[in-house]
Amino acid sequence: MEELIRQLTSVYGPSGRENKVAEVIEGMLKGKVDSIRRDALGNLICEKKGRLKTGKRIMLSAHMDQIGMVVTHVEKEGFLRVSNVGGLMVNNLRIRHVRFANGVEGVLVEQPLKHGENSSLQAFYIDIGAKDAEEALKLVQPGDVAVFAEPCFSIGKHRLAAPAMDDRSACALLVSTMLDLSACPNTVIAVFSTQEEVGCRGSQTAAFSVEPDEGIALDVTLCGDLPEDRKLAISLGEGPAIKIMDARSISNPEMVERLFAAAKRVKVVCQREVLPYGGTDASSMQLSRGGMPVCTISIPCRNVHSACEIVDLRDMEGAKKVLTAYLRS
Amino acid sequence: MDLKTLCEAQGLSGREEAVRRLVRNECVKTLGADAVSLDGIGSVIAVRKAAKPGLPRVMLAAHMDEVGLMVVSATDDGLLRFRAIGGVDARVLVSKRVKVGYDTSEAASIPGVIGAMAIHQQTPEDRKAVLPIDQLFIDIGARDKAEAEKAAPAGTPVTFDTPYTPFGEGHVYAKALDDRAGVYNLLRLLNAPYDGELVFAFTSQEEVGCRGATAAAYRVQPDIALAMETTTANDLGDTPEAMQVCRVGGGVCVSFMDTASIGDAELYRALLAVAQKAGVPCQVKQFVAGGNDAGAMQRAGVGSRTLVLSIPCRNLHSPASVCALMDVDAQAALVRAWLATL
Repeated sequence: MEELIRQLTSVYGPSGRENKVAEVIEGMLKGKVDSIRRDALGNLICEKKGRLKTGKRIMLSAHMDQIGMVVTHVEKEGFLRVSNVGGLMVNNLRIRHVRFANGVEGVLVEQPLKHGENSSLQAFYIDIGAKDAEEALKLVQPGDVAVFAEPCFSIGKHRLAAPAMDDRSACALLVSTMLDLSACPNTVIAVFSTQEEVGCRGSQTAAFSVEPDEGIALDVTLCGDLPEDRKLAISLGEGPAIKIMDARSISNPEMVERLFAAAKRVKVVCQREVLPYGGTDASSMQLSRGGMPVCTISIPCRNVHSACEIVDLRDMEGAKKVLTAYLRS
Repeated sequence: MDLKTLCEAQGLSGREEAVRRLVRNECVKTLGADAVSLDGIGSVIAVRKAAKPGLPRVMLAAHMDEVGLMVVSATDDGLLRFRAIGGVDARVLVSKRVKVGYDTSEAASIPGVIGAMAIHQQTPEDRKAVLPIDQLFIDIGARDKAEAEKAAPAGTPVTFDTPYTPFGEGHVYAKALDDRAGVYNLLRLLNAPYDGELVFAFTSQEEVGCRGATAAAYRVQPDIALAMETTTANDLGDTPEAMQVCRVGGGVCVSFMDTASIGDAELYRALLAVAQKAGVPCQVKQFVAGGNDAGAMQRAGVGSRTLVLSIPCRNLHSPASVCALMDVDAQAALVRAWLATL
């Protein structure tokens, strides 16, 4: 699992530019599932047929895209103005090392604010070491997207930090689950979705074409285990979380119950997640076609939407056990 | 069909009937009645069948509706209260001339003017404040409530009263350039050479949430869908370059992303390359703002690859938007050139 996370978090893939992530995952699953295809929005859809004709079609969705900064304009001094791709918080953006798809590196900087002026992304620029616009435009064009360049690293015994843990950690969980899934009564369709960070767009079209009986989103969730921030009852390292609800979906109560029952069978302690904001691919799956029951299995994560998102490998292994037990039942 | 006729036609979101009639007639004239249909939400869909198999099904979309106002009630004095349909800036409304109701063969619309307190009565504070829409009224010269309600009952559509006016070097100002300029180009492209299936969607209700396009794209399920739109040109005064979005006269504007969709990366590259090769004036939209039918088309059903091509417009959503005819031509030319490469 650790190796998978390290591999997947190192691949470039902001919303709308998930191609490379899809290629890497396709390489991992080729020959290990019954079919692999991509759709118009770039979703990677991998199906593993179930043993039983009476089995369900279960769609699992982990999104490939990460947040980023899209270049909107190049100033004559060579600095790049940017806009957000997904939810960026200015407090996580000051003096960050960033990288573009073509390998060009830069530093994201906030210009000095005038007295009384509020911080906003419009006051940020990327310095790519160009002396003027002409030189900058040889390296980067408007429309190119930068992502945090931080590498993945270990902290403590069980934890990893990296940008794009949201949601590559869940991609790793899904790849690992699909690789080891055998003798499953249900047909499992692993969707590595696109454009979640800008409004769960990929999973919407994927769910329409996959037409599953039920859907499970795999995503990270926020923790409330910091000394001055205990608003949420989720702690890192205390086990995967089963989502009861967030701002955009209410999990199907029976699915929640069955997930907890599966967790009990494999002796994994799960946390109950109630998130007063946010949303996952479950929000778009639940409304597809005639609607379907949905739930989200969440990986607790500190500093979500920053350059150093932290997950605990024990939570990841626990999530895999619970998910596998659920799929097999 | 000329741009003047299209801009001067009245067509609020959900009340596109006059524009629909013009568009439908034009489509039937060019493609035949069998190729043209209306859907349940008011869009006109014209289909040109494929002459050769194996080519992508392309849908070109432009929305018929315009922003405007709707009467909600009348005051005892006979003034009309109204609400905005679509994104209308309250600051641009005071003292504007409007048409209350539609011009039809049976009756003409009622002229009206949007009133507010005269400058003589304003305090210095009043002059700084923006009057919200619920403190503005339309004066149609009615004596009392009964007379006003009879002339313009609740639900009566109200459009800006602006004649289409050419000015300067190849510029025009008009109401509803958003998106009649796109509709105009879509009609000009009915004969565009392409051997694959080509669908023209004249959509309804874009300004209130891209509703027509959602239904149209669900029904058509195109492989590729292009939104032929207008977008804000913020190129006046001393706006810093990074905030200008695009420039009038700078060519058709291609979006890598807006708030409703991210342009398909391959299409984006392809269209820019085609523009360069064919010598079509073209610019990249240098700001992320706004959203349009592409967002709806991208996500309908199994999804489509989408891209937005816009004509830069100053004063978008106001009684007098400004665009350059060369940019209008560039939008049509780029689509035509791109279709030839498929």
